[in-house]
Amino acid sequence: MSVKLSALTSDSYIEISQYRDQHFKGNRYEQEKLLKQSNTLYVGNLSFYTTEEQVHELFSKCGDVKRIIIGLDKIKKTACGFCFVEYYTRGDAENAMRFVNGTRLDDRIIRTDWDAGFKEGRQYGRGKSGGQVRDEYRQDYDPARGGYGKLAQQHRSTERPNSF
Amino acid sequence: MSRRRHSDENDGGQAHKRRRTSEPIEIEDRLESLICRVGEKSTSSLESNLEGLAGVLEADLPNYKNKILRILCSVARLLPEKLTVYTTLVGLLNARNYNFGGEFVEAMIRQLKETLKNNLYNEAVYLVRFLSDLVNCHVIAAPSMVVLFENFVSVTQEEDVPQVRSDWFVYVVLSCLPWVGKELYEKKDVEMDRLLGQIEGYLKRRVKTHVPMLQVWTAEKPHPQEEYLDCLWAQIQKLKKDRWQERHILRPYIAFDSVLCEALQHNLPPFTPPGHMPDAQYPIPRVIFRMFDYTDAPEGPVMPGSHSVERFVIEENLHCIMKTHWRERKTCAAQLLSYPGKNKIPLNYHIVEVIFGELFQLPMPPQIDVMYTTLLIELCKLQPGSLPQVLAQATEMLYMRLDTMNTTCIDRFINWFAHHLSNFQFRWSWDDWADCLTMDLDKPKPKFVKEVLEKSMRLSYHQRIVDIVPPTFSALIPADPIFSFKYDDESGSSLPGYPVSVLVSNAIKNRASNEEILTILKEVPNPNQEEDDDEGETFNPLKIDVFLQTLLHLAAKSFSHSFSALGKFHEILKALTESDDGKLHILKVVYEVWRNHPQMIAVLVDKMIRTQIVDCAAVANWLFSQDMAHEFTRLFIWEILHSTIRKMNKHVQKIQKELEEAKEKLEKQQHKRRDSGDDEDMEKNSEEDDEGQLEEQIERLQEKVESAQSEQKNLFLVIFQRFIMLLTEHLVRCETGSVDISTPWYKNCIERLQQVFLMHHGTIQQYMGTLENLLFTAELDHHILAVYQQFCALQL
Repeated sequence: MSVKLSALTSDSYIEISQYRDQHFKGNRYEQEKLLKQSNTLYVGNLSFYTTEEQVHELFSKCGDVKRIIIGLDKIKKTACGFCFVEYYTRGDAENAMRFVNGTRLDDRIIRTDWDAGFKEGRQYGRGKSGGQVRDEYRQDYDPARGGYGKLAQQHRSTERPNSF
Repeated sequence: MSRRRHSDENDGGQAHKRRRTSEPIEIEDRLESLICRVGEKSTSSLESNLEGLAGVLEADLPNYKNKILRILCSVARLLPEKLTVYTTLVGLLNARNYNFGGEFVEAMIRQLKETLKNNLYNEAVYLVRFLSDLVNCHVIAAPSMVVLFENFVSVTQEEDVPQVRSDWFVYVVLSCLPWVGKELYEKKDVEMDRLLGQIEGYLKRRVKTHVPMLQVWTAEKPHPQEEYLDCLWAQIQKLKKDRWQERHILRPYIAFDSVLCEALQHNLPPFTPPGHMPDAQYPIPRVIFRMFDYTDAPEGPVMPGSHSVERFVIEENLHCIMKTHWRERKTCAAQLLSYPGKNKIPLNYHIVEVIFGELFQLPMPPQIDVMYTTLLIELCKLQPGSLPQVLAQATEMLYMRLDTMNTTCIDRFINWFAHHLSNFQFRWSWDDWADCLTMDLDKPKPKFVKEVLEKSMRLSYHQRIVDIVPPTFSALIPADPIFSFKYDDESGSSLPGYPVSVLVSNAIKNRASNEEILTILKEVPNPNQEEDDDEGETFNPLKIDVFLQTLLHLAAKSFSHSFSALGKFHEILKALTESDDGKLHILKVVYEVWRNHPQMIAVLVDKMIRTQIVDCAAVANWLFSQDMAHEFTRLFIWEILHSTIRKMNKHVQKIQKELEEAKEKLEKQQHKRRDSGDDEDMEKNSEEDDEGQLEEQIERLQEKVESAQSEQKNLFLVIFQRFIMLLTEHLVRCETGSVDISTPWYKNCIERLQQVFLMHHGTIQQYMGTLENLLFTAELDHHILAVYQQFCALQL
């Protein structure tokens, strides 16, 4: 009788992004399949001080949270600004993509994206210094994420004031 | 693929769609796009766009007629906020091609039948409204529309049907009149008067027991929370008095009048409303939410009155926009803010009112609560100079009227406000609310502020809350969410359980086995027993206390640590909580140690239910126990209760689904076997084995379902029984002491009882018989029975 109008059933906030985990064990097709079925979200741009409790409170507004895995610096084993949130159902995760992604947690705009599923080892940052890659190279000063980017920090420490 | 992580600018993307190269599909997509987009922002006028589109579609009719018919039927059903744009389009097409007009009308009637059959009553309203506006476009003859309305209204004469059924048919007719009232009255005023007379008679004899349960405020002032049919009737009455002059609705067809009045009209085919079916799910009644009137918008256009038809149309359209675009907050906000005719109304006020109206809707908001929070944030972003002020004004007004606000709505207000503040650095003029500081802490206003601060703390941290409120608010600041350890070296060393606590703590740190720990625990004296029986199974509250306190103390660092602890020592915990007393006590201990951290209590209880350390009934009994009486009005108690009920419901649904799937599988196999005819004996035998296995599985699942449903029924019985006991006690006490029953505690309790009915109405329906026979009998105090009767009146 009537058609499902694609223009009207647009749900762009839940679409999978362009990002693909380079360390994923499997091919592109398999990764995409998992992303499309996943109940797990990657959450980025967290402050290093954001707690599991805060993440739980916010993401629980979209449904019952199965578990949260806080991302850790590989060397220091301290929080390094990302986490995984797993829901019991995909529908709840979709709501988080629609209504939590792009809003604030701990005064920072956080980013959510589909994740193929947590596996042991994925809770660690992949940057050379132990944190996330993005914190290796960034130039700005972010007090909630360790100050300057790691590379910028090194440059700063090698600079000496002029001496006469 | 680049390794670039998500950038901050990309806020929920638009996926790149790849088009197929085959032509007909491209053209069909294009047609869809053209039709859906007409009426949106454009450099050309709406009239010229409609004219142009009508020409394009007319040319495509020979090849794509059916597709065009289906698209138009869909937009009629799914884009009600653009009703008049599409009726004009259909009018233009009908003027150019009479047959097409006729086919469209027939397709619409078929679609109407389908939607009614499928319980899609809200969409059916839009279809009827579309048809009625087609009268204005000279597509449908007015007399045949009147006949349809007469058939609808005749449903009010049916006997032994649910009131919500006749309600719906009356609602449809009334809700079309803002669009088509004028035209119908001009052509058939005698019939219309008769129609309205019948409606008036029906509305007078309608039962309205359900209304108190659906009202957001109990007070009549400043805005009565009117029943939706009463409000609409008043609006139509006023419209009639104004001789059906309606100036708000955008009517593009007026510009095309000379073309359209040349067109031949069609008569609606006769349409008898489908009869009542037992599984029909009519929409439940509503109450119209109003919080603003013309005095609230200080400058600019005046807000239409509560009984003006303009108010109805605006609210309808805004609700429709949200219904269409709720998934995409940027689009939704943009569509709301570009409402046609926005310059003549205080649009921000309407938007805020409609949003809060949905958020506070009883029994449930149309969408998930968090959608409204995010939408309001988006609106603030798009209108930073005006919307935040309206929102602040609204918040102030809601605060002022907390005394008469329904408890469930207060819960939502708390959650919304705290979440909203967390997106704006918790900036708020708290001093404006200093009046709450001089009140008793159990009064609604200070209670509200306290709960908001607690929720705000969950989204931040304790010191932050201390920093954001004036020092005068210190009594309302939540406790620092730290663990309260009884067997602390300093203060607890003289307690009977202390020595074992130290042993257990060391054992856990040294990774002792479960057996070793159980052996240590054997040393804990049992305060319940006189002799030292060697009954390891009897309930020993001290043992539970010592073990759990010690374990949770070691794991207090985070949720994950505590979950891990519960998982590691699951065996021991299950052994300790075999009895109902054990289950109750473990909950007691969890509360004692984490009483300053309700969020932790909630997640631990959730985990313990999921790992079957406690069951749902134990949690319900614990929440209603005397030990928890002092916390009874706190929000976290009810969050735990409703979360528990939801887990129970989901558990039952899951097993039912497994049963259905197994039954389907069996049916498929049986069909296959019958169809396959004479095959080799070997195959037949193995198939029969499979079937036998399936039948066994189904039997097991059947038992599982029955057992789960029994547990579910028991849970509700426990909860309702406890409510009745508490409320009866209070009512009797007040009566004998000649004291007013309406204390803040009572209001909270009776509304919490209502809340259980409203939030779980679908599930509770199944057990109505038992509830009525066992609990909600005529002997019950009428205050309590009234809640049950209101629930029944909703005919959910």
